[in-house]
Amino acid sequence: MPRDANPPDRTMPRDADPPALVHNLLLFGRVLRAAGVHTHRERMVDAIQAIEWIGVGSRADMRATLCSLLVHRHEDLPLFNDAFDVFFRAHGSSGLDLPLFSLGERARVVARRDAGAPQRLDVEEPADDAAAAAAFALGAYSTVEVSRTKDFADFTAAELEAARRLLLRIRWEPGVRRTRRWTRARHGDIDMPRVLRRNVMRGGELIELPRRVRREAPRPIVLLADVSGSMDRYSRMLLSFASGLTRSARHVESFVFATRLTRVSRHMAAAGGHRVVSRVVRDLHDWGGGTRIGDALRTFNTTWARRVMRHGPVVLIVSDGWDRGDPKLLGRELARVRRRCSWLIWLNPLLGSAGYEPLTRGMQAALAHIDDFMPAHNLASLEDLAAHLKRMGSARHGNHQHL
Amino acid sequence: MSRAPLSIPASVDALQQALGGEQYIAERGLAVPIYLALRLRRPLFLEGEAGVGKTEVAKVLAAALKTSLIRLQCYEGLDVSQAVYEWNYPRQLLEIRMIEADSGLDRAAATKELFTEAFLIKRPLLRALEETRERAPVLLIDEIDRADEEFEGYLLEFLSDFQVTIPELGTIRAVEPPIVIITSNRTREVHDALKRRCVYSWIPYPDFDKEYRIVTSKVPGASERLARQVTAFVQELRTADLYKAAGISETLDWAAALVALDRDVLDAGVIDETLGLLLKNQEDIDSVRGERVGTILARATA
Repeated sequence: MPRDANPPDRTMPRDADPPALVHNLLLFGRVLRAAGVHTHRERMVDAIQAIEWIGVGSRADMRATLCSLLVHRHEDLPLFNDAFDVFFRAHGSSGLDLPLFSLGERARVVARRDAGAPQRLDVEEPADDAAAAAAFALGAYSTVEVSRTKDFADFTAAELEAARRLLLRIRWEPGVRRTRRWTRARHGDIDMPRVLRRNVMRGGELIELPRRVRREAPRPIVLLADVSGSMDRYSRMLLSFASGLTRSARHVESFVFATRLTRVSRHMAAAGGHRVVSRVVRDLHDWGGGTRIGDALRTFNTTWARRVMRHGPVVLIVSDGWDRGDPKLLGRELARVRRRCSWLIWLNPLLGSAGYEPLTRGMQAALAHIDDFMPAHNLASLEDLAAHLKRMGSARHGNHQHL
Repeated sequence: MSRAPLSIPASVDALQQALGGEQYIAERGLAVPIYLALRLRRPLFLEGEAGVGKTEVAKVLAAALKTSLIRLQCYEGLDVSQAVYEWNYPRQLLEIRMIEADSGLDRAAATKELFTEAFLIKRPLLRALEETRERAPVLLIDEIDRADEEFEGYLLEFLSDFQVTIPELGTIRAVEPPIVIITSNRTREVHDALKRRCVYSWIPYPDFDKEYRIVTSKVPGASERLARQVTAFVQELRTADLYKAAGISETLDWAAALVALDRDVLDAGVIDETLGLLLKNQEDIDSVRGERVGTILARATA
């Protein structure tokens, strides 16, 4: 690592007495955890042992040692490096309290320098907890009746909360895909390995013909939600939808975008994830500008697709199609998304309003590349979506009758 | 059996030297984790984009430690019969027929005879355990991200016990744990439980100096000037916004191709003609070919 190019910058005296060294390492472990690096306590023991072997003479070696033992996720590397720099610079031989504990504040956002890269986001309880709790209480007594056909945009806060809980009850079953694993079955191909095995067990006599089929697994879902300003009236409800989806179906990857694309899968999976994500959305708004769907999809295709588009997922794009970017780029990137998925559904909340026609440039460019164009403006439309997904079975574009 | 236990380099420097002896350039950031994995006897988990030389680490390490390399290539649906062991049923059936023809079948005796090592097909994980009777081998579990989660679960168990139980034969244990190297292209997240057991190392694309040294040592026919230009161009190309960046082996293939074409210097024309060796995605090639090649070349040779 180039920042360690000028070596023996002694971070600790070579003959540092062991208890102090151990103490420092434990403290560093705590700082890492506080900064949000997923370290594992057991590895601390290894780290202490390893430092003994490697020595504390070279900063670069020490960084490599601690990094290889305490970090096991690529996305944690920048955090680790920041924490290492702060800790082992500010941290002379004597004082070990001041700068660390400022770092040790809970769940601090550490800004990333590389633009375009997936952002790291903190998980912090929102300030409007009280408001949420109040709304929660309302819903709990079911005093609010929610119309299934009322537009989300017209919901009151209490209705939103009640609707949110109704959303959590929808069961999402996004069809199945065939895996390459075999499983025993009554009908299907003859299970040759088992035929042979049984044959041998029974001394060469063939008594029955066991059969097998390819096992089926739920199809993964990839959700790309537009959270730009024009989607504001729907964002909150749609994030709840995304969070319910993530918790009910097994393999869901979710992303939000306005001008930039951010992965929020991990946050969504947590209880109350939608609240964390709405903070993310606010942050995204801070970046300003309108939606650039094509650019967001481009980032998705180059940075994330290889990792989240395995096994032919169903892709859901939620957007009103108001696009400030280049429609040609949008068309091209969308075509690429479609090639790698089994089914591409565009959910547009505006499709629910009478008289809406998809005339925006973005929507026009998109229509040629999607399998289904569906509304997402009220509870009924989301229930329809759930039913639609369930009916889909193992369909892929190209081999389907229209559903 | 005479056992020659594995000797581990005494320090990171010694390890670097041993790897260097196999024409492999390992900077400290990589040598330290390898060394720690050896000392701690933990699996080494190497992650990085395709083509940064992860598999190479295992090959070179086996050579440097003078031990054998056993490789398990992962794929979706990989199961115990392909990863650990399988009985050779066709041979067993033949054997049954032969016993029948010979002497009439004595069931108990036949079963005993049929389920012996002679009829066992040993797959990489079992072979790695057995090999430790001679000397701990390097066990390369390549592209774990391609296997499904079921296999990861099995692997977790294997890595903690280093033993395999075959109901008909008994339990086979490692005399000492093999040196395990797991690689992942990160096409999906590998479960934390597995990664936590390992010494983790992220391998980035090499910087200019490292890649230049790799080119000169692997493509000796390339002139110094060509090697410099090739490396600079590839480095510059990796910063372009592409679906699939060129890996080290692409650099080497390209350099070798240019040597075969008797090229001593890069120009836009020859790059256009040979771009297919560097970029394997048609859209990437289309977006770079022509004008952009010139710009990138200008920046690279600046």
